[in-house]
Amino acid sequence: MTLRTTPLYTAHQRAGARLVDFAGWEMPLHYGSQIDEHRAVREAAGVFDVSHMRVVDVAGAEAPAFLRHLLANDVAKLKHPGRALYSCMLTPDGGVIDDLIVYFRGDLGYRVVVNAATAEGDIEHMRASIGSRDVSVVPRPELALLAVQGPEAVAKVAPLLADDLSTAGELRPFAAVWNAGWMVARTGYTGEDGFEVMLPAEAAEAFWERLLQAGTRPIGLGARDTLRLEAGMNLYGTDMDTSTTPLVSNLGWTVAWEPEDRDFIGRAALEQQRAAGVPQRLVGLVLEGRGVLRGGTRIETDAGDGAVTSGTFSPTLGVSIALARIPAGASQDGLTAHLRGKALPVRMVKPPFVRRGKSQLT
Amino acid sequence: MRAAHTEFATSPYKEQDMTDTPQDLKYTKSHEWVRVEADGSVTVGITDHAQSLLGDLVFVETPEAGTEAIAGEACATVESVKAASDVYAPVSGEIAEANEDLADAPEKVNESPFDQGWLFRIRPSDTSELDALMDAEEYAALVASEA
Repeated sequence: MTLRTTPLYTAHQRAGARLVDFAGWEMPLHYGSQIDEHRAVREAAGVFDVSHMRVVDVAGAEAPAFLRHLLANDVAKLKHPGRALYSCMLTPDGGVIDDLIVYFRGDLGYRVVVNAATAEGDIEHMRASIGSRDVSVVPRPELALLAVQGPEAVAKVAPLLADDLSTAGELRPFAAVWNAGWMVARTGYTGEDGFEVMLPAEAAEAFWERLLQAGTRPIGLGARDTLRLEAGMNLYGTDMDTSTTPLVSNLGWTVAWEPEDRDFIGRAALEQQRAAGVPQRLVGLVLEGRGVLRGGTRIETDAGDGAVTSGTFSPTLGVSIALARIPAGASQDGLTAHLRGKALPVRMVKPPFVRRGKSQLT
Repeated sequence: MRAAHTEFATSPYKEQDMTDTPQDLKYTKSHEWVRVEADGSVTVGITDHAQSLLGDLVFVETPEAGTEAIAGEACATVESVKAASDVYAPVSGEIAEANEDLADAPEKVNESPFDQGWLFRIRPSDTSELDALMDAEEYAALVASEA
C-alpha cells in the first residue's frame, strides 16, 4: 500500500526527519532526537505537522440538533462563534468511535477535527447519522493542519498571521479566529500554550519555513506522544476505542448529562453503566525506579489486575509515566507493575503529570 | 540486541543508512560491536545502526563485574523512548568491567556508540568464539539487507 503524504513531505525530508508509517501516512517520528524535541516544546516552541488529521465542516439549518445527537458533549454550550469543545463520538453501546474537537463558527456552522486513523469511518458514521436532517458533512482534505506549541509559540506565530487574524494572540484556550482561508485556534495536545493552525495546503510550506526561520523547532510524532502523555491526554486507539466507554477512560467530564432529554448516541448505554457501577477507571501511574512502563504492562492491584494503556519515559520528570486501566475499587496498596520479569511498585496519580512546563506531582 | 516492543512501524521505503561501521571492530547479527583490546579482553557495545533504530536511550542496565557471560545470552538491557532491548554477550567469559557512566548518561550510547557509549568488557574464556563474528563489510551488508 502506498503511504499518503502531507503537503510538508519534502519539508520534512529537508529537515532530516525519520519517516514512519502512522495510520497509513508517512509521517516524521523525529528529526534527530525525540527528547530534544520534547524539551524544545516545554521550554520554547515547536511545530508539528498534523495534516494527517481530518478537518470536517458540518453545516446546514439542523447542524446544532445533529451534533447534539451525534456527540456525547453538548454543542449547545458553544454560545458564541469562535468557541470550541472536546467530545467523544460514541457507538450505541457507548464505545468511543473517536475523540474530537468541535468549533462553532457562527453562520458557517461547525468545524470538527478528527483523528487520522479513524477519519474515514468517522465521516461514514456522521453521514449515516444525519437521517432526514438538513445537514451537510464536508471533509476538507485540502486544508493542512500545523500545531505550534510551547511558551514561545504565540510570539512565533503572531507576526506571521494576516491582519484579519491579528487578534489570535488574545484568544482564550479553546477559542478560535478565522478568515477566508485560515483558522487559528488556541488548542493543542501538549499541555503548553500554543495554536493549532488550519490553512490551505498550498500555503503550508511557506508558513512552516517561516516558523523554522524564526527558531521554531520541527517536532515529530515521537515527542507528540510523550508530550500528550505528560499532559495526561488520552490517545485514541490505545487509551480508548469502541470497546471502552468514556466513563472507563477518565473522560466522564466530557459527557454532558444535562439536559436530561438530550438523546445523544450512546446515552442509554452510559446511563446503564453509571447506574450499574463503572467497573474500571483510567488512572495515571508513576514508576519511581528504573524501567519504562509500556502499553500492555500488567498492573497488579488489591482489586484484581489492570493494564497500562500507554506508557513512556517522561523527559520532563526523568521517570516513566503511564495511563492504566485498573479495577474501579483498586487502591494504592500493593500497586505493582510487572515489567520484563520484575515486580516494581508504582504510584497512582491524577493526570496531568506536567502542565505548562511544570511537574504536577506532589 | 533485539527489540521487545516497538511503537511505530518503520517506513517501507528504503532509507539510506547513514550510520558508521568502523573497520577495526567485529560485529554480531544482533547488532553488538566487539573490540579486542591489547590485554586480550573484549569491549562490547551496540552499533550506530542499532542506536539509530532505538532512538534516544533513557536507561541502560549493565552487568556486574565478576559475573559470568554466556555467548548469545542476554547480558545487558538498553531502553529507549521506543523500546527495551536485550544486549547479548558476543562471547562467553567473565565480565571484567561495565560502563558505570551510562547509569546517569544513557545518551552517550546515542552520541558515541563506539567510544564513550561502550557497555561492558568481557575476559573471554574461549577466544575461538571471536572467529564466528562478522567483520565490518559483512555487518554493513547485513544492515543493508535489513533496510
